[in-house]
Amino acid sequence: MTPSPPPYRSLKLRTPHGPLVPVRDPEAVELTGPVFGVTDVTALDGDLTRQHRGEPIGERITVTGRVRDRQGRPVRGQLVELWQANAAGRYAHRRDQHPAPLDPNFTGCGRCLTDDDGTYTFTTIRPGAYAWRNHDNAWRPAHLHFSFFGTAFTQRLVTQMYFPGDPLLALDPVLHSVTDEAARARLVATYDHDLSVPEWSLGYRWDVVLDGPSATLFEEGHAR
Amino acid sequence: MTTPHAPTPSQTIGPFYGHALPATGGAEIAPLARPDTITLHGYVYDGAGEPVTDALLEVWQPAPDGSRTGAPGSLRRDPVTGLAAGRDGVTFTGFGRVPTDADGHWAIHTLPPGGVSYLSIAVFARGLLDHLYTRAYVRDDPDDALLATLDAGRRATLLAQAGPHRTYRFDIRLQGEDETVFLEFE
Repeated sequence: MTPSPPPYRSLKLRTPHGPLVPVRDPEAVELTGPVFGVTDVTALDGDLTRQHRGEPIGERITVTGRVRDRQGRPVRGQLVELWQANAAGRYAHRRDQHPAPLDPNFTGCGRCLTDDDGTYTFTTIRPGAYAWRNHDNAWRPAHLHFSFFGTAFTQRLVTQMYFPGDPLLALDPVLHSVTDEAARARLVATYDHDLSVPEWSLGYRWDVVLDGPSATLFEEGHAR
Repeated sequence: MTTPHAPTPSQTIGPFYGHALPATGGAEIAPLARPDTITLHGYVYDGAGEPVTDALLEVWQPAPDGSRTGAPGSLRRDPVTGLAAGRDGVTFTGFGRVPTDADGHWAIHTLPPGGVSYLSIAVFARGLLDHLYTRAYVRDDPDDALLATLDAGRRATLLAQAGPHRTYRFDIRLQGEDETVFLEFE
């Protein structure tokens, strides 16, 4: 039995004390949401290994999955954004002074639009574990940060994807901020050998379900 | 086993989204040279009253004519360089994105929302497990369904204060005394 990881320290002064106020108004603006298109994403933005003159150091991976709402309908043509540390566990961000090397050929940001099936796809490198100061000897497991838009602003999701079999998963305060074990498991991708490209990249599958009501749900009488 | 449609949990945005999410023109929702442009701005504070310097705000609102369809083009990219290209200066997309600065301050330029008296805001930050929804009301609205449910003190946290030159001040307090009203949608 692994002991629970220490708490995520930054919560203390930032978590509201008051309860969230429920909004049940079927005319709420939040039941609709922003849209994006081909002007917001270039064709190369989904390949984080081709943003510089040289190739980044690291294990090349492909990450793909479907974005759906809670009724299982694909979220089509919506924006997916990805950011991450490099193979050594360092972000290309000035505030990250972790003494691991920066990679001049890797910025670690990408975006794409979901297709008609709700599928997103990225090519990138597997990030390294990341040292932080939450507690003594604190290491974050390798993770990818993701941002998703649904059909409503209520369905907005920013989250993190993890890699299967990582021994640091059991020790991570951020992953364990999700207290339900089954829910935590939904943040861990699956290695999918069929997605691996011979002599090129390893494939991971990670499907996403966006929560929250939308105007179309109200129209169909599902929500209340 | 999980059901096929169980939602994916939220995780914190963390401190290092800066190269990925903010974009040139993200805060400039109003098309260029529109005389009806308003400025909505304020600070984000934590439970100790300190400014939150690594928050990201997203804004979603109807167009002045009440349309809620939005439009692409909030985060345009230059296909030549791959860098952020800014907006086209013509299209009203209804969506904006702005990080707080080193003072914890943010500002957007937009057009007044049509049909409602509020702009919807999502707050993301290190230390928030899930983003927080709130609303900046640019005028008090006795007919508004949400405001009607709140007592005067709580209601005041959602009312942006009109200032000179079509500016509106809207501070967000994540925790503690005068904590902003945050919303959930069911």
